[in-house]
Amino acid sequence: MLDPTTRRDFLALAGSAAMLAVTLRPAKATPATMASAIRTVVGTAPVKNGKVKLEVPPLVENGNTVPMTVSVASPMAPEDHVLSIHVFNEKNPQPNIGNFYLGPLAGRAQVSTRIRLADSQKIIAIAKLSDGTFWSASVEVIVTLAACTEEPV
Amino acid sequence: MASALINVPAKAKRGEIIEIKTLMSHIMETGYRHTATGEVIPRDIITSFTCRFNGKEIFRADLFPAISANPFFTFFTTATESGKFEFEWIGDKGFSETASASIAVE
Amino acid sequence: MRSSAIAAILLIAAGAAASEIPPGDRRSGFTFMAPDTKAMQNDDTANPAMLWVLDGEALWKKKTGNAGKACADCHGDASASMKGVAARYPAYDKALGRPVDLEQRINSCRADRQQAAPLAYESRDLLALTAFIARQSRGEAITAGDDPQLKPFVEKGRALYSQRQGQLNLACANCHDDNWDKHLAGSAITQGHPTGYPIYRLEWQSLGSLQRRLRACITGIRAQAYDYGAPELVELELYLMSRARGMPMESPAVRP
Repeated sequence: MLDPTTRRDFLALAGSAAMLAVTLRPAKATPATMASAIRTVVGTAPVKNGKVKLEVPPLVENGNTVPMTVSVASPMAPEDHVLSIHVFNEKNPQPNIGNFYLGPLAGRAQVSTRIRLADSQKIIAIAKLSDGTFWSASVEVIVTLAACTEEPV
Repeated sequence: MASALINVPAKAKRGEIIEIKTLMSHIMETGYRHTATGEVIPRDIITSFTCRFNGKEIFRADLFPAISANPFFTFFTTATESGKFEFEWIGDKGFSETASASIAVE
Repeated sequence: MRSSAIAAILLIAAGAAASEIPPGDRRSGFTFMAPDTKAMQNDDTANPAMLWVLDGEALWKKKTGNAGKACADCHGDASASMKGVAARYPAYDKALGRPVDLEQRINSCRADRQQAAPLAYESRDLLALTAFIARQSRGEAITAGDDPQLKPFVEKGRALYSQRQGQLNLACANCHDDNWDKHLAGSAITQGHPTGYPIYRLEWQSLGSLQRRLRACITGIRAQAYDYGAPELVELELYLMSRARGMPMESPAVRP
């Protein structure tokens, strides 16, 4: 788990006091910090919906290890390919999840990894293409809390 | 002791798109957790993973604390010629590990 | 969320008395998992527990201790010599006159044959050796508890399993025999068959022993957990393994 203290606080305060828990932990990413992290990658270029497919289980068994696959519809040819894929979240302590750099030799623009999600939230994947355009996909993920948690060994 | 698990097909046909899977042992300590007495546990993560084929970069990743412990990646490459894949993980506290795997392309 | 979880526990506590699961209805924890988690366990190149198996294989061949011996010097090829071994542990130790689990067996081998210091529970090396040895039993039917000398210890483990304890006043059986088809908060309760230990638990983001899992469960019902290696934990391990007799080993498994 990303931050047992926060989660305990959150549990103790229950849903109605969620805003208070957020105030107690100002380091948490927000939709605004995520937007700012995205701007760092895309600059002022527009980001269009499409081409990108972001696969995460809709209901996650444990937020510590969430399988994620990002793929982009692309011929992956020298004249038209994906340069990089960037994944962001809005409620972890940091807005960045990972940056992945590919090239025309990849053959298929697809990357899988496992990520941590501190809470139910939105994830966005943005692909940068060789023609300089940016494309994106987003998903809402529900993270269920484990019934019994324990301290790290 | 840090182990890596690499899965690369031993053989492929020229032009075939092959899948590569890698697992590296690492705690990926986020830097956001606290001990029972309230001290912050310092960040200790892998920050970069690179795969090169015959010396040329074919895949690279920047890792953040949101990547799970024991980082796992799968990605693809086109088999062009026989040769060697080299994998490199670099991270906090001087972490640096390498692994390699060969492929025969017909 | 926490208050509702406690309410759910209290409802369970008020339920019917423990009744054992008929053999035909037994289910591995695997069957309760989401498809992605199952896929993680089924693919050795994606299962993070295999990192420990890899380490264990190296340790198996490495000379250690004052005797300068490796496990392999006595036991040879583990794929032959260790096949089915984890499926029958905890096993009766003649010298001690009581059951020992696989971790304790590894440590007694270190002390007696290798003249090496014992490895702590949950240390990377002990988990690695246990995972490597248990991996050799994958697919083998569990036989633990067959030895007649173990009978009184199986009974002690059963008694502990059935005994209410902790501030929530729950026995293992209240959840894992009586309510395994239900959920506690977002998690499936499961039948508690230890078919895949040591397991890579997503919650831990690490490999862990059955004793770690039992201690976490005991803490969960707000009882004081037994120390690692305590006879009570070994008896509980033994009872759980005998309760899973005939089920195939999955080690090293993945669990949420």
